[in-house]
Amino acid sequence: MLGFGLLSGLTFLPFVGVAFLLTQRGEDPATLRNIRWATLLTTLATFALSLVAWTRFDPTSAAFQLVEERSWFGSGLVYKLGVDGFSMPFVLLTTFLMPFAILASWESVEKRVKEYMIAFLVLETLMIGVFCALDLVLFYLFFEGGLIPMFLIIGIWGGKRRVYASFKFFLYTLVGSLLMLIAILAMYGVAGTTDIAVLLKTDFPKEMQFWLWLAFFASFAVKMPMWPVHTWLPDAHVEAPTAGSVILAAILLKMGGYGFIRFSLPMFPDASTYFAPLVYAMSVIAIVYTSLVALVQEDIKKLIAYSSVAHMGFVTMGLFTLNPQGVQGAMFLMISHGFVSGALFLCVGVIYDRMHTREIAAYGGLVNRMPLYAFVFMVFTMANVGLPGTAGFVGEFLSLVGAFQANSWVALIATSGVIFSAAYALYLYRRVVFGALEKSSLKEIADLTPREIAIFTPLVLLTIYYGVLPDQILNTTAASVDHLIQSHTALLDAVKLAAAGQ
Amino acid sequence: MPFLSEIFQHFLPETILAVGVMALLLIGAWRGDKGFALVDELAVALLGLAIISIVLSVKPDRSVFDGAFMDDAFARFMKVLSLGAALVSILLSVDYLRRAGLEKFEYPILIILSTLGMMLLISADNLIAFYLGLELMSLALYVMAAFAREDGRSSEAGLKYFVLGALSSGMMLYGASLLYGFAGTVAFSGIANAVSASAPIGVVFGLVFVMAGLAFKMSAAPFHMWTPDVYEGAPTPVTAFFASAAKAAAVAVTVRIVITAFPGADQQWRQIIVFLAIASTLLGSFAAIGQTNIKRLMAYSSIGHMGFALIGLAAGNEIGIRGVAIYLAIYLVMTLGAFAAILAMRVDGKSVENISDLAGLSRTNGLMAFFLAMLMFSLAGIPPLAGFFAKYYVLLAAVDAGLYPLAVVGVLASAVAAFYYLRVVKIMYFDEPAPNFDPSPLAVRAVLALSTISLLVFWIYPTPVMDAASVAAKSLF
Repeated sequence: MLGFGLLSGLTFLPFVGVAFLLTQRGEDPATLRNIRWATLLTTLATFALSLVAWTRFDPTSAAFQLVEERSWFGSGLVYKLGVDGFSMPFVLLTTFLMPFAILASWESVEKRVKEYMIAFLVLETLMIGVFCALDLVLFYLFFEGGLIPMFLIIGIWGGKRRVYASFKFFLYTLVGSLLMLIAILAMYGVAGTTDIAVLLKTDFPKEMQFWLWLAFFASFAVKMPMWPVHTWLPDAHVEAPTAGSVILAAILLKMGGYGFIRFSLPMFPDASTYFAPLVYAMSVIAIVYTSLVALVQEDIKKLIAYSSVAHMGFVTMGLFTLNPQGVQGAMFLMISHGFVSGALFLCVGVIYDRMHTREIAAYGGLVNRMPLYAFVFMVFTMANVGLPGTAGFVGEFLSLVGAFQANSWVALIATSGVIFSAAYALYLYRRVVFGALEKSSLKEIADLTPREIAIFTPLVLLTIYYGVLPDQILNTTAASVDHLIQSHTALLDAVKLAAAGQ
Repeated sequence: MPFLSEIFQHFLPETILAVGVMALLLIGAWRGDKGFALVDELAVALLGLAIISIVLSVKPDRSVFDGAFMDDAFARFMKVLSLGAALVSILLSVDYLRRAGLEKFEYPILIILSTLGMMLLISADNLIAFYLGLELMSLALYVMAAFAREDGRSSEAGLKYFVLGALSSGMMLYGASLLYGFAGTVAFSGIANAVSASAPIGVVFGLVFVMAGLAFKMSAAPFHMWTPDVYEGAPTPVTAFFASAAKAAAVAVTVRIVITAFPGADQQWRQIIVFLAIASTLLGSFAAIGQTNIKRLMAYSSIGHMGFALIGLAAGNEIGIRGVAIYLAIYLVMTLGAFAAILAMRVDGKSVENISDLAGLSRTNGLMAFFLAMLMFSLAGIPPLAGFFAKYYVLLAAVDAGLYPLAVVGVLASAVAAFYYLRVVKIMYFDEPAPNFDPSPLAVRAVLALSTISLLVFWIYPTPVMDAASVAAKSLF
């Protein structure tokens, strides 16, 4: 295959679908059906290929695997792809969720279907690329390139304030990443290459680490998003179409966490230790403050968006504890939040498609007409709260355990956030699902269609499966996490030794 | 004394144009405006021939005509850019001129003359050749700006450009005379020797005046005032030529002068370049926000881009010059593509120039909207489009040279600039449709499509541009 490997194939497979879609003309029902099915099959094929990659992946090794390398721009830039325990789960998460995003748009997207599907397929390529890239510039290329399709998805197929939301999303993220670009250039100046594997072994001068860390932080904190640069997220979520929200919450946010774990922590260990209190502070503020904000939201999507910010607070807190529980918990939480929050947005999409409103007040008593829906929504609400037995629990618990070892005060405040999250999630659930079915507009609302059942069944099963048996994910990430923490402690010990020697 | 044929091979592209343009002038004088089509086609052929003669030739770098004319890889790179941009500008102009009733044979001739001036300018290795090339280029450009002489705006553009251009030429001449007075020579290498140890104050004065004149020609802030008016008033294909070929030549000569004539005074000129770069990137991004006319928008956009190119020059080393070369190559493709799109903006046979005329283009002409959107993303420097790599390489040089504040200002300005590029995309994709555009001629569509596609696939196969730019940068040091 021209010397390209499995990961290149995986990354660019969606383009095969794009090529087919480009040949489709017209808006008649038969063409639209072709377009939808072609997109779905493409995403399913990509998922299948990612499973192949998974079977070839050795979770006991912390090294980069399935690596492929080609010369690219010369002078230090390489086209290099590879996965390790940190990126493999995200690749799988991406390819796994894409078919759901397509299915969720099956009927709700009516105008410009072809362009919509193309935008999603291009976005999928860029997202897989972000997690596979082993060259900083290549990473940046995928990372920033994702802004273009997402900008169009929010702006064309979004709600009333879509223009505002799309601009805010684009410009916020752009400013953060541009600072990272400067840092990338500075790192190139030191190492003479942008190969991530080499950069991981490069010792950056301590002074420089602080600036580099801050520049990377600017980008990932916006992407994550962390308080106080989270304000683009509720707007983007509210205005984006359902599938856009799903992808945004499930995958795009994870790029921030992935960035921390791939670059900030291992490459700038001194700075990460130095800035950890700052991250803790921002994380617990995010956890408590955004949970409280979520309590008073009138809009379902906005509420879930704020809940995402709070959960990402747990992730950043767990990551910077730099102990095995904290980092493992953060990784697990990112994966589980991927399908739980994605599923929650799908749940909102179900009732939005029927009623065309996201106002909480417009609903109530849905359980009377939609028992299946009430069950599904319940599962994901509980997973969002972190009820033991659901996937949401494992990650939250582990990251709290990690935080307790690092700093008990942080853990104490963060734990209170768990209570708040139960409060807003259950409050939402009660107002939407329970109570008497009084509103006349809801009298005719129908329960889940077979298509929707097909969407939710695997998600429900996975949420419970990973809640009971989390080993699969934890084992995948374990080797890489251990490696990260060992090298980090080794480095800090060396620094301490040097200091003691003087 | 080298043989004439030896000199001639270094001067071949210029000879082709110089002899050819005289032949064209004869044809034009004989056939009148009836001969427009023939002259036009021959002009394209001449430019094409000149490009081929540069690309195919394999010859060592050499200075000829007693050190007045330098034929090196840098000059060849920049000449190919200018010639290519001139060629595309002629292709773009055919339909426009026919519809505007401007099918005068002087048009292609002026383009060739101006291009010839650019080539002399790019190769200039002493102050006299530099001034000759500059004036040959500029005089032709002044006339072209006023080419639609029945149109008040075009005449105004020509007049403004001429008056301000003459002023800047005067400043430059004054600066050149100071340089000659203090260095005792007009040759760039001689000036470099004279200022190698320390730069006398007179030389610094001369440098400042020359830089001011050059900043005017490449429309770097704060010498940019003419740009929006001239860009708006001049006929659109002429504007495309101004924004592409003329800029490439002006930047090229600036690079050559500061690098070859003032290596010893780098502290002095770097201050000027850094100031010009910061002022241009900031002005280009903030002033463009309020524009409603797309040609004015492109004028401010070009000011910002010149600022970016100067960031590479500010680094002043080989990496920086390579960055400038890559930047110009990519900038030219983006600009010509954008002007092709502007030329395609016609409703009921009339050109429209407001950004709002693009509203809803994605629904009335999806392909054009896609191309223009990609051009805008590329101009904004969003990867994976080529515009990103253009910025990447100049910023790389700035960071490498330790110019962190400059790099940070540059990226923040580009984030602001992204706003107005996005606005164009927003108008095309998110707004309700405005009246349909007329079908555009083949040349315009081809330029738009080819430029966009080359920007889209640049990251897959960047080697030719990268290698050529590296060789070009190396030849200056």
